[in-house]
Amino acid sequence: MRSIRLRNLTQKGAFSIMWLAAALSVGAMLLVVGYVFVQGLPQISPDFFTTPPRGGLSGEGGISSTIIATVYLVICTLVVATPLGVGAGIFLVEYADNFRSRAAIKLVSLARFGVETLAGVPSIIFGLFGYALFVTAMHFGFSILSAALAGACLVIPVIIRTTEEALKSVPQSYREASFAMGASRWETIWKVVLPSAVTGISTGLILSAGRIVSETAVFYVTLGGSYRTPTSIMSSGRTMALHVYYLAMETRAFDKAMATGAVLVVLIIIINLVINLISRRLSAGNGRRGA
Amino acid sequence: MRIASIATALTLVLSSAAVLAVEINVAGSTTIQPLAELFAESFESLHDGVTIIVQGGGSSVGVRSAADGTADVGMASREIKDSEFSENPGIVVHTIARDGIAIITCPGSGVGDLTAEQVSQIFAGEITNWSEVGGGNSPITVVAREEGSGTRAAFEEMVMGEALICLDAILQPSNGAVRTTVSTTPGSIAFISFGYLDASVSPIDINGAAPTPANAANGSYPIVRPLNMITMGVPSGMVAEWIEFILSPEGQAIVTEEGYLPVE
Amino acid sequence: MKKKQGTDALMKYAFMASALVSLLIVVMIGVFTFKEALPAFRDIGPKALLTGTVWRPGQGEFGILAMIAGSGLVTLGAVILGVPLALGCAIFLSEIAPPAVRTFVRPSIELLAGIPSVVYGLFGMVVLVPFVRSLGVPGNTGFGLLSASMVLAVMILPTIASVSEYAIRSVPQSFREASLAVGATRWETLKRVVLPSARSGILSAIVLGLGRALGETIAMIMVIGNSVIIPAALNDNPLTIFLSRARTLTGNVAVEINYATGLHENALFATGVILFLLIMVMNSTARVLIGRKKWERRR
Repeated sequence: MRSIRLRNLTQKGAFSIMWLAAALSVGAMLLVVGYVFVQGLPQISPDFFTTPPRGGLSGEGGISSTIIATVYLVICTLVVATPLGVGAGIFLVEYADNFRSRAAIKLVSLARFGVETLAGVPSIIFGLFGYALFVTAMHFGFSILSAALAGACLVIPVIIRTTEEALKSVPQSYREASFAMGASRWETIWKVVLPSAVTGISTGLILSAGRIVSETAVFYVTLGGSYRTPTSIMSSGRTMALHVYYLAMETRAFDKAMATGAVLVVLIIIINLVINLISRRLSAGNGRRGA
Repeated sequence: MRIASIATALTLVLSSAAVLAVEINVAGSTTIQPLAELFAESFESLHDGVTIIVQGGGSSVGVRSAADGTADVGMASREIKDSEFSENPGIVVHTIARDGIAIITCPGSGVGDLTAEQVSQIFAGEITNWSEVGGGNSPITVVAREEGSGTRAAFEEMVMGEALICLDAILQPSNGAVRTTVSTTPGSIAFISFGYLDASVSPIDINGAAPTPANAANGSYPIVRPLNMITMGVPSGMVAEWIEFILSPEGQAIVTEEGYLPVE
Repeated sequence: MKKKQGTDALMKYAFMASALVSLLIVVMIGVFTFKEALPAFRDIGPKALLTGTVWRPGQGEFGILAMIAGSGLVTLGAVILGVPLALGCAIFLSEIAPPAVRTFVRPSIELLAGIPSVVYGLFGMVVLVPFVRSLGVPGNTGFGLLSASMVLAVMILPTIASVSEYAIRSVPQSFREASLAVGATRWETLKRVVLPSARSGILSAIVLGLGRALGETIAMIMVIGNSVIIPAALNDNPLTIFLSRARTLTGNVAVEINYATGLHENALFATGVILFLLIMVMNSTARVLIGRKKWERRR
């Protein structure tokens, strides 16, 4: 048995390594975010947000059209993905366990398999798929429509997962009370379960929005890259993330690229904060209610 | 409920706005894209209610989009292949400019001119050190475009001939990315379109001729290729007017301003 | 009453339809990607495709071995750099950190997860590539496996850290208490009791990180050089293999899809199919590992 001193020393050493790991990780974050901010902030001004980028190779201009394109894309993607994702989540939690026929049970497990597989598919595959199906085969061309459909495929698993978790955290007693009063399953879901789960589901939607904002590969091959403000769902466009890519690759305007990147990072920070706030309110609320 | 109606109203307004204006969709080569964007801006300032939307996608996408109607005009920075003509009968090719391909190095390489033969050998990986061509003793880093790029295809046809570009070249997906890589990587060499030449990279004289539009026009600079716009059938309406504009003196003035060659 | 039953049934099938849409999407992705990839498998043959070392679509050569090597090596590099850091963070956050520090460290790691990959690529291009280039080995351009591994390590760190932390936290407190009760130090408890119990969870975290690494595209294109070679050491030191340029499977697809036609395009879809299958294998492995752990717990 080694002396207690040696063992304590070993612990000190091991724990210091853990502290170091954490410090390095936080340091990496500060380095990346800090560099982007330091390089990018000088470029940011009200003009930056309100002027569109110039065509050609100069990289001059701002990011107004990209902001609009990003918002437009997020809205369209969520419009497609939310009903499908939330509906699937509701099904998997509220209905799936009640089937008796072998065929139905098989179908349910296939649906679950589908969701899990989809969650692991790399984003470039969604891009390829979107290009093959929406842009080419269905002739939607490079457009917000093609991009939104491809993007929906990307975020549906996220929405399903968060919906499932939100629904599962609604106490079973709520449902039982509702049934006891004679409500049907659908009525229970609509009037009792969903209202309780709404905050959790919103977290999933916000998470998905963040995903769409950060994503590049999927939209690179489906959106087209035009720097103009999109006017309709069939317009091409450029999200802020894509704009960073084009700036970095096509022009020498690295400062503008960093500036756009900084805007993106700030957006993500805000989204993370909002999600954390909602989750905290969620757990506090659940605690108070009790079973 | 209110949100839903506002959203519906917004969508209707946005889509109807699109229906009223004339919209020309252009897609294809990333080399031509900046030029097309400038053509679009000038044309739009002369004609109200016209919007020209330029997207990238690559030369092959340009040919295909024009052929199947996804775009009104396709852009290709190379000759159209025979196979593309037979697959898409009816496409009409309009050469709107000519583009020289310049050889560039990172400033400080110490080499200012090469023969076409030497360039071919460097890109094939047979010459690997700058000292072999009159520079200092440092390894040559080849930077190129991805296979299938129109710029690369033109370069391979006109300079490489039968030889193949070495496999360990750094590959970048666009002229701009190539330029950025060369300007920041000491000892590197690459080929880019004339229109992308700027002070950050050093151009190389080929066979004694500097890569300038003048030399390309008079034939002393050998590496020149066409920039094409493709339509399905003979164009009409605003599309025809736009192409006419591009081929007009005003359009060609933009061409020369950006460093390309006007069509003869 | 009848109306209620009718709506009920309707909604049930509506929800079932939404759930099946996910399956439908997976099937469609499989069908379309495979359909586009089929000519490549048929005309080039899986053997030539997977083991061919030369990728020259212009000459009709479609070997993707170099890309498999590239993806493999960059993922290996990311694992070597990232897993120790991630595990350290996971242990730190679950066992060691005082609450005040935790409230600062955890959001920082979440932020790492949220930074868009294109921003990582930009940072890599502007900062890491010149830095690696300054390690003056001849033939080292800064673009290559080292820069890419560094970026990738930071990108997969949050994934591995959060799943590992979850696994560590799931170890019953009674295990720790029992160990401390017999006189072990906290570190010994961690080393001999907690971590071994969390082992399959941690393994599945690493596998999930691997899947994420294999799927990364944009950041890789910007820093890895995209040269179609099997990475090799630049001089006598075998470690310099990490200074070599490379190309990933994902990069192969993204860089060339714009200009590819015909068999070349089919070959790119084939690359996509192979990528898809690789990652499915990774994720199934991760699931099996978590499953086994839950199975052990049941007993």
